[in-house]
Amino acid sequence: MTSGREPQTASDTALVLAREGTHGPVIHDVNRVAAGLGMQPGARVTDMRTLVPDLQVEDAVPEIDAADLAMLMHWSRRWCPWSQTDGDAGLLLDSTGSAHLHGGEVALIRDIARAFGRLGLTAHIAIAPTIGSAWALARHSGQRLTLCSDDVVMEQLAPLPVAALRLDGATTLLLGRLGLKTIGSLAEVPREAMVRRFRKIDVLSANPVLRLDQATGRQKELLVSEEIIPPLRAVRKMAEPLGDLAGLSQALRDLASDLCAIMEARDNGARALRFTAYRVDGVVLSAEARTSRASRDAVHLANLFDGLLDRLDPGFGVEAAALETIDHEVLGGAQDDLHQQRRDTMAFARLIDRLVARLGIGSVLKPVMRGSHIPERAEELLPAAAQGEADKNPGHRPLDTPLKLLATPEQTDVIHAVPDGPPARFRWRHQLHDIARSQGPERIAPEWWREKSQTRLRDYYRVEDSEGRRYWLYREGLLGDGRGDNPRWYVHGLDA
Amino acid sequence: MDAHSGKSSLSLVPKDNCAVSGAVQANRSANDGAADSASPILPGAPRLVELFADFRDGGTVGFALSQVPAGGSVLWVQERMAALETGRPFGRAFERFGGDPEQLVLACSRNAADLLWAMEEGLRCSSLSAIIGEVYGDPRALDFTATKRLAMRAERQGVHIFLIRFQGSATLSAARQRWNIRSLPSAPHPYDDRAPGTPRWHAELFRGRGMRPGIWEASYDRAAHRLDLVPPLRHPEVDQEDGQGDIGARAANS
Repeated sequence: MTSGREPQTASDTALVLAREGTHGPVIHDVNRVAAGLGMQPGARVTDMRTLVPDLQVEDAVPEIDAADLAMLMHWSRRWCPWSQTDGDAGLLLDSTGSAHLHGGEVALIRDIARAFGRLGLTAHIAIAPTIGSAWALARHSGQRLTLCSDDVVMEQLAPLPVAALRLDGATTLLLGRLGLKTIGSLAEVPREAMVRRFRKIDVLSANPVLRLDQATGRQKELLVSEEIIPPLRAVRKMAEPLGDLAGLSQALRDLASDLCAIMEARDNGARALRFTAYRVDGVVLSAEARTSRASRDAVHLANLFDGLLDRLDPGFGVEAAALETIDHEVLGGAQDDLHQQRRDTMAFARLIDRLVARLGIGSVLKPVMRGSHIPERAEELLPAAAQGEADKNPGHRPLDTPLKLLATPEQTDVIHAVPDGPPARFRWRHQLHDIARSQGPERIAPEWWREKSQTRLRDYYRVEDSEGRRYWLYREGLLGDGRGDNPRWYVHGLDA
Repeated sequence: MDAHSGKSSLSLVPKDNCAVSGAVQANRSANDGAADSASPILPGAPRLVELFADFRDGGTVGFALSQVPAGGSVLWVQERMAALETGRPFGRAFERFGGDPEQLVLACSRNAADLLWAMEEGLRCSSLSAIIGEVYGDPRALDFTATKRLAMRAERQGVHIFLIRFQGSATLSAARQRWNIRSLPSAPHPYDDRAPGTPRWHAELFRGRGMRPGIWEASYDRAAHRLDLVPPLRHPEVDQEDGQGDIGARAANS
């Protein structure tokens, strides 16, 4: 079964899609008008422009085409449960045992054609006993719809060209030189001779014997259908519409225990959940929550929605509610060890989940060490739920770092006792601090592989003012280092 | 080291949470026999502790951290204003107070209501050993009821809670201990006269359940992970002499 997108523009202009070839753009695909003018995929766009000056050319985007085709593949599962994409522009459906649900094969093929027509797609459809024969009939029979029953496979295939056997260009050319232009003439050649001629070729598309066997059903070919993992879902319908939040949260708790029973049976744990409430007036309310590690603890999962349920408006009442997993992972049973170590880490992870659910993922942070000497880079605060990886080799810092770092260093005025010596007095947030004791400088050079060449070095001082309050100051740059004017001073941290 | 850290030392602490140490006995004469001669042992049983401080003074955080059981996991909740004014905690410095940066989780809340909620949520977690909250000013949400909830849950769960209040006024609260903390000039640095040494704090307990209010000088013993409280020497001349004697002794040593 194949399909080609009907051109969106006026159907009387020639339109081609172009992709980059080795020597300039080549044609990726053509519309019907262009095909009528003799254009073929693989031809060069400049050559075709000379033939048709008003040729419309647009860029081909194969990735989007592939994504569309995959979507169409899932969409076509309305007729039968197994489907697969086939090449760039084909779909394979296994209609075995499902044709009678649509009123027989004739009705099925018409229904499919009508449905694709409604999408604006022209589909060439064939129903045949094997994948190979259906492929050949859909593409080379010259008809839009082809039905082929078990006993007439060979008769229908016989007039088709050998390319219909999914053979590559070189093999088709070789067979043509041997005088074998159609499948029928190929089938008439004694089998022993053919097998002997192609016995060393393993590649399917270069071996006409194997391909012919596949088309006639002598050799099996499997349709590999991609499985959709259904979300795990628990639904409850209310006896009476619920109008209050207390009832809704009770419903959520019931659903959570239902869902956890489902997950336990499958050894799964939820990473993301969606709670959906269906109101009597048809409005659907929903809330989502995430966990930092797979969990199937009903109380914990229900607690994740604590702050979120308040935002739902039950209106005239909620008549049904559902809780489903958006994302789940395999989670085996686990046993507490003697020290309850596992339970403790789980409890910590749950705490993080609950905090994230209310405060947001960017508000629950964990310090992560980095390999750098610049203080703000040596330690980053990253979301605790994301579990960022620490650097393998965090830079070593002496222990006398301040307890707290200001988000941005704040500029200060500093008075020195001696030029370029330790600071004697500084003004921070409109108040003067007399420095009683100081230690430094600790010089941190700029990281030239990361920063601009004008970045200045930092001289850090640990200072204590006359009242005993401790600060971390730094001077940015040196006088006469050629990277700016007078050095400036900053307060970077508060210490105990 | 562990004898002083956290819940394990609970049974060693007498019921009134007070002990008279030898050093205190020696200082008693200089203290005019003041009522606060008996120093409390910190940290005591897990409870809600309020620490009042100036936002310019980072020392209060050290006073709280030195009471957190060594290596325990800590939830640190910061109100937005407190984070802006006093900065974010820097994990590497935790090791100085016997902490483990890996065990720290920082939660940033937009307002005091979220902060209180996060602290209460932390109290439900069985594996935390301490919660540190930072509030700026006197938010309305932080009333007697809120502190009472925190205080009762902290005692039931056995989690230390330190509520640091920058620029706060001592409004009605159910905190079991309420301290005024400010930094004192640090202890002399062993190798450098001009460098700041280990921190010391001026700690004033103005309300305490089962403890007599008083004023102490606190210092942190890193090797033992212990907070030592010593009654201050009241007489300025004695104080000065003591300081000079100290320097003289150090000079003789070097």
